[in-house]
Amino acid sequence: MLKLENITYKVENKLILDNISLSIDERFVAITGPNGSGKSTLAKIIAGIIPATSGKIYLDGEDITNLSITERANKGISFAFQQPVRFKGITVMDLISLASGKKLTVAEACEYLSEVGLCARDYIKREVDGSLSGGELKRIEIAMINARGTKLSVFDEPEAGIDLWSFQNLIKVFEKMYEKNRGSILIISHQERILDIADKILVLKAGKIDKIGTKAEIMPALLGIDSGCRYVKEG
Amino acid sequence: MDAIQKNLLEQITGLHEVPQGAYSLRINGSLHGKNSSENIEIVKKEDKPGIDIYIKAGTKNESVHIPVLLSSTGLKELVYNDFHIGEDCDVTIVAGCGIHNGGDADSEHSGIHSFFVAKNSKLKYVEKHYGSGSGSGKRVMNPTTVIELHENAYMEMETAQIKGVDDTIRTTKATLAAGATLKVGEKLMTHGSQYAETRFEVDLNGENSGAHVVSRSVAKENSKQLFISRVNGNNACSGHTECDAIIMDNASVSAVPEIMANHTDAQLIHEAAIGKIAGEQLIKLMTLGLTESQAEEQIINGFLV
Ligand SMILES: Nc1ncnc2c1ncn2[C@@H]1O[C@H](COP(=O)(O)OP(=O)(O)O)[C@@H](O)[C@H]1O
Ligand SMILES: [Mg+2]
Repeated sequence: MLKLENITYKVENKLILDNISLSIDERFVAITGPNGSGKSTLAKIIAGIIPATSGKIYLDGEDITNLSITERANKGISFAFQQPVRFKGITVMDLISLASGKKLTVAEACEYLSEVGLCARDYIKREVDGSLSGGELKRIEIAMINARGTKLSVFDEPEAGIDLWSFQNLIKVFEKMYEKNRGSILIISHQERILDIADKILVLKAGKIDKIGTKAEIMPALLGIDSGCRYVKEG
Repeated sequence: MDAIQKNLLEQITGLHEVPQGAYSLRINGSLHGKNSSENIEIVKKEDKPGIDIYIKAGTKNESVHIPVLLSSTGLKELVYNDFHIGEDCDVTIVAGCGIHNGGDADSEHSGIHSFFVAKNSKLKYVEKHYGSGSGSGKRVMNPTTVIELHENAYMEMETAQIKGVDDTIRTTKATLAAGATLKVGEKLMTHGSQYAETRFEVDLNGENSGAHVVSRSVAKENSKQLFISRVNGNNACSGHTECDAIIMDNASVSAVPEIMANHTDAQLIHEAAIGKIAGEQLIKLMTLGLTESQAEEQIINGFLV
Protein backbone atom coordinates (compact mmCIF):
# COMPACT_ATOMS: atom_id res chain seq x y z
CA MET A 1 0.00 0.00 0.00
CA LEU A 2 1.18 3.48 -0.89
CA LYS A 3 0.31 6.33 1.43
CA LEU A 4 0.86 10.02 0.79
CA GLU A 5 0.63 12.35 3.78
CA ASN A 6 0.29 16.11 3.32
CA ILE A 7 2.39 16.24 0.15
CA THR A 8 3.15 19.79 -0.90
CA TYR A 9 5.30 20.88 -3.81
CA LYS A 10 6.40 24.45 -4.38
CA VAL A 11 8.56 25.96 -7.10
CA GLU A 12 9.73 29.50 -6.48
CA ASN A 13 6.82 30.14 -4.15
CA LYS A 14 4.35 28.81 -6.69
CA LEU A 15 2.25 26.14 -5.03
CA ILE A 16 1.98 23.25 -7.48
CA LEU A 17 0.68 20.58 -5.11
CA ASP A 18 -1.16 21.65 -2.02
CA ASN A 19 -1.37 19.26 0.89
CA ILE A 20 -2.24 16.01 -0.88
CA SER A 21 -3.07 13.01 1.31
CA LEU A 22 -4.04 9.77 -0.33
CA SER A 23 -3.79 6.04 0.11
CA ILE A 24 -3.61 3.54 -2.72
CA ASP A 25 -4.46 -0.03 -1.91
CA GLU A 26 -7.11 -0.82 -4.51
CA ARG A 27 -6.62 -2.60 -7.81
CA PHE A 28 -7.04 0.50 -9.96
CA VAL A 29 -6.86 4.07 -8.82
CA ALA A 30 -7.30 6.85 -11.36
CA ILE A 31 -6.16 10.45 -11.17
CA THR A 32 -7.81 12.92 -13.50
CA GLY A 33 -8.10 16.68 -13.75
CA PRO A 34 -7.36 19.55 -16.10
CA ASN A 35 -4.04 20.31 -17.74
CA GLY A 36 -1.54 21.74 -15.33
CA SER A 37 -3.44 20.55 -12.26
CA GLY A 38 -0.35 18.71 -10.98
CA LYS A 39 -0.99 15.08 -11.98
CA SER A 40 2.42 14.40 -13.52
CA THR A 41 4.14 16.23 -10.69
CA LEU A 42 2.42 13.96 -8.18
CA ALA A 43 3.49 10.85 -10.12
CA LYS A 44 7.10 12.07 -10.21
CA ILE A 45 7.04 12.66 -6.47
CA ILE A 46 5.83 9.09 -5.96
CA ALA A 47 8.63 7.71 -8.15
CA GLY A 48 11.24 9.88 -6.39
CA ILE A 49 12.10 11.90 -9.49
CA ILE A 50 11.33 15.13 -7.72
CA PRO A 51 11.38 15.61 -3.95
CA ALA A 52 8.27 16.91 -2.24
CA THR A 53 8.72 20.26 -0.51
CA SER A 54 7.01 18.77 2.52
CA GLY A 55 4.98 15.70 3.45
CA LYS A 56 5.66 11.99 3.79
CA ILE A 57 5.40 8.94 1.57
CA TYR A 58 5.01 5.38 2.90
CA LEU A 59 5.18 2.12 1.01
CA ASP A 60 3.77 -0.80 3.00
CA GLY A 61 4.28 1.22 6.16
CA GLU A 62 7.92 2.05 5.44
CA ASP A 63 8.84 5.70 5.18
CA ILE A 64 10.32 6.10 1.68
CA THR A 65 10.22 9.91 1.59
CA ASN A 66 14.00 10.22 1.42
CA LEU A 67 14.74 7.22 -0.79
CA SER A 68 16.25 7.70 -4.25
CA ILE A 69 14.60 6.78 -7.55
CA THR A 70 16.66 3.57 -7.71
CA GLU A 71 15.80 2.53 -4.15
CA ARG A 72 12.10 3.10 -4.70
CA ALA A 73 12.25 1.18 -7.98
CA ASN A 74 13.85 -1.73 -6.16
CA LYS A 75 11.23 -1.58 -3.41
CA GLY A 76 8.51 -2.05 -6.02
CA ILE A 77 7.49 1.21 -7.63
CA SER A 78 7.27 1.41 -11.43
CA PHE A 79 6.54 4.49 -13.47
CA ALA A 80 5.52 4.78 -17.12
CA PHE A 81 6.34 8.29 -18.31
CA GLN A 82 3.87 10.57 -20.04
CA GLN A 83 6.64 11.33 -22.54
CA PRO A 84 8.77 8.21 -23.07
CA VAL A 85 12.51 8.71 -23.34
CA ARG A 86 14.47 7.90 -26.49
CA PHE A 87 17.91 6.24 -26.46
CA LYS A 88 20.41 5.98 -29.28
CA GLY A 89 21.78 2.47 -29.53
CA ILE A 90 19.65 0.88 -26.81
CA THR A 91 17.24 -1.64 -28.27
CA VAL A 92 13.71 -2.56 -27.28
CA MET A 93 15.12 -5.93 -26.17
CA ASP A 94 17.69 -4.18 -23.95
CA LEU A 95 15.06 -2.06 -22.24
CA ILE A 96 12.63 -4.91 -21.64
CA SER A 97 15.50 -6.99 -20.21
CA LEU A 98 16.68 -4.16 -17.96
CA ALA A 99 13.10 -3.67 -16.79
CA SER A 100 12.67 -7.35 -15.95
CA GLY A 101 15.97 -7.33 -14.07
CA LYS A 102 17.28 -10.42 -15.83
CA LYS A 103 18.51 -11.55 -19.20
CA LEU A 104 15.40 -12.45 -21.14
CA THR A 105 15.12 -14.85 -24.03
CA VAL A 106 13.80 -13.39 -27.26
CA ALA A 107 10.61 -15.40 -26.75
CA GLU A 108 10.05 -13.93 -23.29
CA ALA A 109 10.62 -10.37 -24.45
CA CYS A 110 8.33 -10.93 -27.43
CA GLU A 111 5.60 -12.04 -25.08
CA TYR A 112 5.65 -8.64 -23.34
CA LEU A 113 5.55 -6.81 -26.66
CA SER A 114 2.73 -8.90 -28.06
CA GLU A 115 0.68 -8.05 -25.01
CA VAL A 116 0.79 -4.38 -25.93
CA GLY A 117 -0.14 -5.13 -29.52
CA LEU A 118 3.28 -4.81 -31.11
CA CYS A 119 4.36 -7.40 -33.61
CA ALA A 120 7.28 -8.54 -31.51
CA ARG A 121 9.72 -9.82 -34.13
CA ASP A 122 9.67 -6.46 -35.91
CA TYR A 123 10.47 -4.52 -32.79
CA ILE A 124 12.79 -6.55 -30.62
CA LYS A 125 16.00 -5.36 -32.32
CA ARG A 126 14.87 -1.82 -33.04
CA GLU A 127 16.64 1.01 -31.29
CA VAL A 128 14.48 3.04 -28.95
CA ASP A 129 15.31 6.21 -30.84
CA GLY A 130 13.74 8.73 -33.15
CA SER A 131 12.75 6.01 -35.60
CA LEU A 132 9.89 4.83 -33.35
CA SER A 133 6.60 6.71 -33.31
CA GLY A 134 5.14 8.25 -30.17
CA GLY A 135 2.47 5.55 -29.99
CA GLU A 136 5.03 2.75 -30.33
CA LEU A 137 7.14 4.29 -27.56
CA LYS A 138 4.09 4.50 -25.28
CA ARG A 139 3.39 0.82 -25.76
CA ILE A 140 7.02 -0.14 -25.15
CA GLU A 141 6.81 1.96 -21.98
CA ILE A 142 3.82 -0.13 -20.87
CA ALA A 143 5.60 -3.38 -21.79
CA MET A 144 8.53 -2.35 -19.55
CA ILE A 145 6.24 -1.81 -16.57
CA ASN A 146 4.67 -5.18 -17.27
CA ALA A 147 8.12 -6.81 -17.35
CA ARG A 148 8.94 -5.27 -13.97
CA GLY A 149 5.81 -6.65 -12.32
CA THR A 150 6.01 -4.57 -9.14
CA LYS A 151 3.56 -3.95 -6.31
CA LEU A 152 2.80 -0.42 -7.50
CA SER A 153 2.68 0.66 -11.13
CA VAL A 154 2.06 4.28 -12.08
CA PHE A 155 0.99 5.17 -15.63
CA ASP A 156 0.96 8.78 -16.77
CA GLU A 157 -1.64 9.12 -19.54
CA PRO A 158 -0.98 5.70 -21.08
CA GLU A 159 -3.73 6.19 -23.66
CA ALA A 160 -1.93 9.01 -25.49
CA GLY A 161 -1.03 8.02 -29.02
CA ILE A 162 -2.51 4.54 -28.95
CA ASP A 163 -5.16 5.44 -31.51
CA LEU A 164 -4.29 2.49 -33.74
CA TRP A 165 -4.85 0.14 -30.92
CA SER A 166 -8.00 0.09 -28.83
CA PHE A 167 -8.81 1.21 -25.34
CA GLN A 168 -10.34 -2.16 -24.77
CA ASN A 169 -6.94 -3.76 -25.30
CA LEU A 170 -5.25 -1.28 -23.02
CA ILE A 171 -7.75 -2.06 -20.30
CA LYS A 172 -7.14 -5.78 -20.82
CA VAL A 173 -3.42 -5.18 -20.34
CA PHE A 174 -4.09 -3.50 -16.99
CA GLU A 175 -6.46 -6.23 -15.88
CA LYS A 176 -4.01 -8.96 -16.82
CA MET A 177 -1.20 -7.08 -15.10
CA TYR A 178 -3.23 -6.99 -11.91
CA GLU A 179 -4.05 -10.71 -12.17
CA LYS A 180 -0.35 -11.49 -12.48
CA ASN A 181 1.18 -9.15 -9.89
CA ARG A 182 -1.65 -8.37 -7.51
CA GLY A 183 -0.09 -4.91 -7.25
CA SER A 184 -2.00 -1.64 -7.29
CA ILE A 185 -2.15 0.26 -10.57
CA LEU A 186 -2.34 4.04 -10.54
CA ILE A 187 -3.43 5.55 -13.84
CA ILE A 188 -3.43 9.21 -14.75
CA SER A 189 -6.01 9.60 -17.48
CA HIS A 190 -8.61 11.79 -19.11
CA GLN A 191 -10.40 8.88 -20.72
CA GLU A 192 -13.85 7.97 -19.50
CA ARG A 193 -13.35 4.32 -20.48
CA ILE A 194 -10.23 4.10 -18.35
CA LEU A 195 -11.76 5.94 -15.40
CA ASP A 196 -14.58 3.47 -15.71
CA ILE A 197 -12.44 0.56 -14.46
CA ALA A 198 -11.14 2.52 -11.44
CA ASP A 199 -12.03 1.44 -7.92
CA LYS A 200 -11.19 4.94 -6.78
CA ILE A 201 -10.98 8.24 -8.65
CA LEU A 202 -9.16 11.34 -7.56
CA VAL A 203 -9.82 14.66 -9.25
CA LEU A 204 -6.99 17.18 -9.02
CA LYS A 205 -7.62 20.85 -9.63
CA ALA A 206 -4.95 23.50 -9.33
CA GLY A 207 -2.81 21.29 -7.14
CA LYS A 208 -5.58 20.39 -4.69
CA ILE A 209 -7.76 17.33 -4.31
CA ASP A 210 -11.03 18.53 -5.71
CA LYS A 211 -12.89 15.27 -5.28
CA ILE A 212 -12.04 11.75 -4.24
CA GLY A 213 -14.29 8.71 -4.10
CA THR A 214 -15.65 5.71 -5.89
CA LYS A 215 -16.57 5.73 -9.54
CA ALA A 216 -20.26 6.00 -8.61
CA GLU A 217 -19.56 9.03 -6.44
CA ILE A 218 -17.27 10.88 -8.81
CA MET A 219 -18.34 10.12 -12.37
CA PRO A 220 -21.69 11.98 -12.39
CA ALA A 221 -20.11 15.15 -11.02
CA LEU A 222 -17.13 14.78 -13.34
CA LEU A 223 -19.32 14.50 -16.39
CA GLY A 224 -20.85 17.82 -15.41
CA ILE A 225 -17.56 19.76 -15.18
CA ASP A 226 -17.42 22.85 -17.40
CA SER A 227 -20.78 22.06 -18.95
CA GLY A 228 -20.35 21.01 -22.56
CA CYS A 229 -16.63 20.24 -22.38
CA ARG A 230 -16.56 16.90 -20.69
CA TYR A 231 -12.91 16.11 -20.92
CA VAL A 232 -9.92 18.25 -21.28
CA LYS A 233 -7.59 17.00 -23.99
CA GLU A 234 -4.38 15.32 -22.90
CA GLY A 235 -1.79 17.59 -21.31
CA MET B 1 52.83 -15.61 -28.83
CA ASP B 2 52.93 -14.84 -25.13
CA ALA B 3 49.92 -14.13 -22.90
CA ILE B 4 50.01 -10.37 -23.42
CA GLN B 5 50.12 -10.79 -27.18
CA LYS B 6 47.32 -13.33 -27.10
CA ASN B 7 45.18 -10.89 -25.14
CA LEU B 8 45.87 -8.11 -27.62
CA LEU B 9 44.93 -10.42 -30.46
CA GLU B 10 41.70 -11.39 -28.78
CA GLN B 11 40.77 -7.76 -28.08
CA ILE B 12 41.14 -6.69 -31.69
CA THR B 13 39.99 -9.79 -33.57
CA GLY B 14 38.01 -11.88 -31.09
CA LEU B 15 40.36 -14.76 -31.95
CA HIS B 16 42.43 -16.79 -29.47
CA GLU B 17 44.91 -18.20 -31.94
CA VAL B 18 46.51 -17.48 -35.28
CA PRO B 19 43.66 -16.89 -37.76
CA GLN B 20 42.47 -19.55 -40.18
CA GLY B 21 42.69 -19.05 -43.93
CA ALA B 22 44.44 -16.04 -45.42
CA TYR B 23 46.17 -13.92 -42.81
CA SER B 24 49.18 -11.87 -41.93
CA LEU B 25 50.23 -11.39 -38.33
CA ARG B 26 52.76 -8.72 -37.47
CA ILE B 27 54.29 -8.73 -33.98
CA ASN B 28 56.77 -6.17 -32.61
CA GLY B 29 57.83 -4.80 -35.93
CA SER B 30 58.23 -7.95 -37.98
CA LEU B 31 56.10 -10.40 -39.85
CA HIS B 32 55.27 -13.24 -37.45
CA GLY B 33 53.43 -15.34 -39.95
CA LYS B 34 51.31 -15.22 -43.06
CA ASN B 35 49.24 -17.53 -45.13
CA SER B 36 47.80 -17.15 -48.59
CA SER B 37 44.74 -19.04 -49.78
CA GLU B 38 43.67 -20.12 -53.23
CA ASN B 39 42.04 -16.77 -54.01
CA ILE B 40 43.88 -14.46 -51.67
CA GLU B 41 47.58 -13.91 -52.06
CA ILE B 42 49.64 -12.09 -49.45
CA VAL B 43 53.06 -10.82 -50.55
CA LYS B 44 55.64 -9.11 -48.36
CA LYS B 45 56.76 -5.76 -49.73
CA GLU B 46 60.42 -5.59 -50.74
CA ASP B 47 61.03 -1.85 -50.64
CA LYS B 48 59.31 -0.94 -47.36
CA PRO B 49 57.57 -2.56 -44.39
CA GLY B 50 54.15 -3.99 -45.21
CA ILE B 51 52.32 -6.36 -47.48
CA ASP B 52 50.33 -6.46 -50.69
CA ILE B 53 47.10 -8.40 -50.60
CA TYR B 54 45.71 -9.57 -53.91
CA ILE B 55 42.16 -10.85 -54.02
CA LYS B 56 41.21 -12.63 -57.24
CA ALA B 57 38.24 -11.42 -59.25
CA GLY B 58 35.05 -13.25 -58.33
CA THR B 59 36.14 -14.27 -54.82
CA LYS B 60 33.06 -14.54 -52.64
CA ASN B 61 32.45 -15.02 -48.92
CA GLU B 62 36.11 -15.13 -47.96
CA SER B 63 37.95 -13.16 -45.36
CA VAL B 64 41.48 -11.98 -44.54
CA HIS B 65 42.82 -11.16 -41.09
CA ILE B 66 45.76 -8.81 -40.73
CA PRO B 67 46.30 -7.99 -37.05
CA VAL B 68 49.27 -6.01 -35.75
CA LEU B 69 50.52 -6.42 -32.18
CA LEU B 70 53.07 -4.34 -30.29
CA SER B 71 54.10 -5.44 -26.84
CA SER B 72 57.64 -4.16 -26.36
CA THR B 73 57.98 -0.59 -25.16
CA GLY B 74 59.47 2.18 -27.29
CA LEU B 75 58.75 0.58 -30.65
CA LYS B 76 57.83 2.88 -33.54
CA GLU B 77 56.82 1.65 -36.95
CA LEU B 78 55.25 2.77 -40.17
CA VAL B 79 53.63 0.01 -42.23
CA TYR B 80 52.13 0.05 -45.72
CA ASN B 81 49.42 -2.45 -46.56
CA ASP B 82 47.86 -2.38 -49.99
CA PHE B 83 44.69 -4.29 -50.80
CA HIS B 84 43.96 -5.04 -54.43
CA ILE B 85 40.43 -6.36 -54.75
CA GLY B 86 39.42 -7.72 -58.13
CA GLU B 87 36.07 -7.32 -59.84
CA ASP B 88 32.87 -8.95 -58.55
CA CYS B 89 34.23 -9.93 -55.16
CA ASP B 90 32.36 -10.11 -51.86
CA VAL B 91 34.97 -10.24 -49.09
CA THR B 92 35.69 -9.19 -45.53
CA ILE B 93 38.97 -7.79 -44.27
CA VAL B 94 39.62 -7.66 -40.55
CA ALA B 95 42.48 -5.43 -39.46
CA GLY B 96 43.40 -3.99 -36.13
CA CYS B 97 46.20 -2.96 -33.90
CA GLY B 98 46.81 -3.74 -30.27
CA ILE B 99 49.54 -2.03 -28.29
CA HIS B 100 50.65 -3.10 -24.84
CA ASN B 101 53.06 -0.65 -23.33
CA GLY B 102 54.35 -1.51 -19.89
CA GLY B 103 57.41 0.73 -20.13
CA ASP B 104 58.25 4.41 -20.13
CA ALA B 105 58.99 4.99 -23.79
CA ASP B 106 56.23 5.76 -26.30
CA SER B 107 55.09 2.98 -28.60
CA GLU B 108 53.70 3.94 -31.93
CA HIS B 109 52.10 2.19 -34.86
CA SER B 110 51.19 4.03 -37.99
CA GLY B 111 49.53 2.02 -40.70
CA ILE B 112 48.69 3.22 -44.14
CA HIS B 113 46.05 0.98 -45.65
CA SER B 114 45.16 1.50 -49.25
CA PHE B 115 42.16 -0.19 -50.83
CA PHE B 116 41.70 -0.52 -54.54
CA VAL B 117 38.25 -1.96 -55.01
CA ALA B 118 37.47 -2.91 -58.60
CA LYS B 119 34.11 -2.72 -60.37
CA ASN B 120 31.05 -4.31 -58.76
CA SER B 121 32.94 -5.59 -55.74
CA LYS B 122 31.67 -5.58 -52.22
CA LEU B 123 34.05 -5.15 -49.30
CA LYS B 124 33.53 -5.10 -45.58
CA TYR B 125 36.47 -3.70 -43.67
CA VAL B 126 36.60 -3.99 -39.89
CA GLU B 127 39.30 -2.25 -37.90
CA LYS B 128 39.77 -2.19 -34.14
CA HIS B 129 42.32 -0.37 -32.07
CA TYR B 130 43.14 -1.21 -28.51
CA GLY B 131 45.79 -0.31 -25.98
CA SER B 132 46.77 -1.73 -22.60
CA GLY B 133 49.61 -1.60 -20.10
CA SER B 134 50.29 0.75 -17.24
CA GLY B 135 53.70 2.14 -18.21
CA SER B 136 54.08 5.90 -18.53
CA GLY B 137 54.99 5.51 -22.21
CA LYS B 138 52.20 6.53 -24.54
CA ARG B 139 50.38 4.21 -26.88
CA VAL B 140 50.09 6.04 -30.17
CA MET B 141 48.28 4.93 -33.33
CA ASN B 142 47.87 6.87 -36.50
CA PRO B 143 45.86 4.84 -39.00
CA THR B 144 45.49 6.20 -42.49
CA THR B 145 42.99 4.62 -44.83
CA VAL B 146 43.02 5.43 -48.52
CA ILE B 147 40.06 4.15 -50.48
CA GLU B 148 39.55 3.99 -54.22
CA LEU B 149 36.14 2.67 -55.17
CA HIS B 150 35.65 1.91 -58.82
CA GLU B 151 32.31 1.73 -60.66
CA ASN B 152 29.51 0.28 -58.55
CA ALA B 153 31.89 -0.87 -55.85
CA TYR B 154 30.52 -0.98 -52.34
CA MET B 155 32.55 -0.69 -49.17
CA GLU B 156 31.47 -0.76 -45.58
CA MET B 157 34.06 0.28 -43.02
CA GLU B 158 33.62 -0.28 -39.31
CA THR B 159 36.22 1.25 -37.12
CA ALA B 160 36.43 1.22 -33.35
CA GLN B 161 38.79 2.52 -30.75
CA ILE B 162 37.29 1.96 -27.36
CA LYS B 163 40.15 1.74 -24.92
CA GLY B 164 43.68 2.59 -24.13
CA VAL B 165 44.99 4.57 -27.09
CA ASP B 166 46.62 7.77 -25.83
CA ASP B 167 47.11 9.66 -29.00
CA THR B 168 45.60 9.09 -32.38
CA ILE B 169 45.11 10.82 -35.68
CA ARG B 170 42.80 8.79 -37.85
CA THR B 171 42.69 9.82 -41.48
CA THR B 172 40.40 8.38 -44.12
CA LYS B 173 40.49 9.56 -47.72
CA ALA B 174 38.18 8.16 -50.34
CA THR B 175 37.41 8.70 -54.00
CA LEU B 176 34.28 7.22 -55.49
CA ALA B 177 33.53 6.46 -59.14
CA ALA B 178 30.05 6.21 -60.69
CA GLY B 179 27.57 4.17 -58.67
CA ALA B 180 30.05 3.49 -55.87
CA THR B 181 28.93 3.54 -52.24
CA LEU B 182 30.94 4.03 -49.09
CA LYS B 183 29.54 3.53 -45.61
CA VAL B 184 31.65 4.32 -42.60
CA GLY B 185 30.77 3.72 -38.97
CA GLU B 186 33.20 5.00 -36.38
CA LYS B 187 33.04 4.32 -32.63
CA LEU B 188 35.41 6.14 -30.39
CA MET B 189 35.92 6.50 -26.68
CA THR B 190 38.62 8.53 -24.98
CA HIS B 191 39.44 8.96 -21.31
CA GLY B 192 42.24 10.25 -19.09
CA SER B 193 44.19 12.85 -21.02
CA GLN B 194 43.88 11.10 -24.37
CA TYR B 195 43.61 12.89 -27.67
CA ALA B 196 41.82 11.60 -30.73
CA GLU B 197 41.50 13.28 -34.07
CA THR B 198 39.42 11.95 -36.94
CA ARG B 199 39.63 13.28 -40.47
CA PHE B 200 37.39 12.16 -43.28
CA GLU B 201 37.88 13.39 -46.77
CA VAL B 202 35.57 12.02 -49.42
CA ASP B 203 35.46 12.92 -53.09
CA LEU B 204 32.24 11.91 -54.75
CA ASN B 205 33.43 12.00 -58.34
CA GLY B 206 31.11 9.60 -60.14
CA GLU B 207 27.46 9.96 -61.02
CA ASN B 208 25.19 8.44 -58.36
CA SER B 209 28.02 7.80 -55.96
CA GLY B 210 27.16 8.02 -52.28
CA ALA B 211 28.89 8.28 -48.93
CA HIS B 212 27.39 7.85 -45.51
CA VAL B 213 29.67 8.52 -42.53
CA VAL B 214 28.46 8.09 -38.97
CA SER B 215 30.75 8.79 -36.05
CA ARG B 216 29.66 8.15 -32.48
CA SER B 217 32.00 9.03 -29.69
CA VAL B 218 32.26 9.39 -25.95
CA ALA B 219 34.81 11.72 -24.38
CA LYS B 220 35.46 11.23 -20.66
CA GLU B 221 37.64 12.86 -18.01
CA ASN B 222 40.18 15.30 -19.51
CA SER B 223 40.28 13.82 -23.00
CA LYS B 224 39.93 15.79 -26.19
CA GLN B 225 38.47 14.88 -29.56
CA LEU B 226 38.44 16.63 -32.88
CA PHE B 227 36.23 15.45 -35.73
CA ILE B 228 36.83 16.91 -39.17
CA SER B 229 34.95 15.83 -42.24
CA ARG B 230 35.07 17.15 -45.72
CA VAL B 231 32.79 15.80 -48.40
CA ASN B 232 33.08 17.09 -51.95
CA GLY B 233 30.18 16.42 -54.28
CA ASN B 234 31.61 16.63 -57.77
CA ASN B 235 28.75 14.97 -59.61
CA ALA B 236 25.13 13.95 -59.08
CA CYS B 237 25.68 12.21 -55.78
CA SER B 238 24.63 12.00 -52.16
CA GLY B 239 26.75 12.54 -49.08
CA HIS B 240 25.79 12.36 -45.46
CA THR B 241 28.04 12.77 -42.45
CA GLU B 242 26.89 12.56 -38.89
CA CYS B 243 28.90 13.21 -35.77
CA ASP B 244 27.27 12.42 -32.48
CA ALA B 245 29.25 12.83 -29.27
CA ILE B 246 28.61 12.36 -25.57
CA ILE B 247 30.78 14.55 -23.45
CA MET B 248 31.49 13.95 -19.75
CA ASP B 249 33.57 15.37 -16.93
CA ASN B 250 36.09 17.94 -18.26
CA ALA B 251 36.39 16.54 -21.75
CA SER B 252 36.13 18.57 -24.90
CA VAL B 253 34.88 17.65 -28.35
CA SER B 254 34.87 19.71 -31.46
CA ALA B 255 33.25 18.89 -34.78
CA VAL B 256 34.26 20.69 -37.94
CA PRO B 257 32.09 19.79 -40.88
CA GLU B 258 32.74 20.91 -44.39
CA ILE B 259 30.56 20.00 -47.33
CA MET B 260 31.24 21.31 -50.76
CA ALA B 261 28.94 20.86 -53.75
CA ASN B 262 30.43 21.36 -57.18
CA HIS B 263 27.41 20.03 -59.06
CA THR B 264 23.77 21.09 -58.90
CA ASP B 265 22.64 17.52 -58.29
CA ALA B 266 24.97 16.93 -55.38
CA GLN B 267 23.00 16.45 -52.18
CA LEU B 268 25.12 16.84 -49.10
CA ILE B 269 24.09 16.82 -45.46
CA HIS B 270 26.09 17.18 -42.32
CA GLU B 271 24.72 16.66 -38.84
CA ALA B 272 26.60 17.14 -35.63
CA ALA B 273 25.41 16.92 -32.05
CA ILE B 274 27.53 17.14 -28.91
CA GLY B 275 26.09 16.99 -25.43
CA LYS B 276 26.12 15.28 -22.10
CA ILE B 277 23.96 12.24 -21.36
CA ALA B 278 20.37 13.43 -21.18
CA GLY B 279 19.13 13.59 -17.58
CA GLU B 280 15.84 11.98 -18.54
CA GLN B 281 17.69 8.95 -19.94
CA LEU B 282 19.43 8.42 -16.60
CA ILE B 283 16.15 8.89 -14.74
CA LYS B 284 14.30 6.41 -16.94
CA LEU B 285 16.88 3.69 -16.31
CA MET B 286 16.94 4.50 -12.59
CA THR B 287 13.17 3.95 -12.43
CA LEU B 288 13.95 0.44 -13.71
CA GLY B 289 16.16 -0.11 -10.67
CA LEU B 290 19.61 0.80 -12.01
CA THR B 291 21.93 3.04 -10.03
CA GLU B 292 23.07 6.25 -11.66
CA SER B 293 26.46 4.80 -12.63
CA GLN B 294 24.89 1.60 -13.98
CA ALA B 295 22.51 3.74 -16.02
CA GLU B 296 25.42 5.77 -17.37
CA GLU B 297 27.26 2.61 -18.35
CA GLN B 298 24.21 1.20 -20.17
CA ILE B 299 23.72 4.43 -22.09
CA ILE B 300 27.37 4.61 -23.17
CA ASN B 301 27.57 0.91 -24.06
CA GLY B 302 24.42 1.16 -26.15
CA PHE B 303 25.68 4.27 -27.86
CA LEU B 304 28.99 2.67 -28.79
CA VAL B 305 27.87 -0.84 -29.70
N1 LIG C 1 9.84 22.57 -12.40
C1 LIG C 1 8.76 23.35 -12.54
N2 LIG C 1 8.90 24.69 -12.50
C2 LIG C 1 7.81 25.50 -12.65
N3 LIG C 1 6.59 25.04 -12.83
C3 LIG C 1 6.40 23.72 -12.88
C4 LIG C 1 7.46 22.79 -12.74
N4 LIG C 1 6.98 21.55 -12.86
C5 LIG C 1 5.66 21.69 -13.06
N5 LIG C 1 5.31 22.99 -13.06
C6 LIG C 1 3.95 23.52 -13.20
O1 LIG C 1 3.17 22.76 -12.34
C7 LIG C 1 1.87 22.61 -12.86
C8 LIG C 1 1.50 21.15 -12.87
O2 LIG C 1 2.17 20.50 -13.93
P1 LIG C 1 1.93 18.95 -14.26
O3 LIG C 1 2.13 18.18 -13.02
O4 LIG C 1 2.76 18.60 -15.41
O5 LIG C 1 0.40 18.97 -14.65
P2 LIG C 1 -0.51 17.87 -15.35
O6 LIG C 1 0.28 16.62 -15.48
O7 LIG C 1 -1.70 17.74 -14.48
O8 LIG C 1 -0.90 18.45 -16.68
C9 LIG C 1 1.86 23.29 -14.21
O9 LIG C 1 1.34 24.57 -14.05
C10 LIG C 1 3.33 23.33 -14.56
O10 LIG C 1 3.58 24.40 -15.41
MG1 LIG D 1 0.87 15.49 -17.14
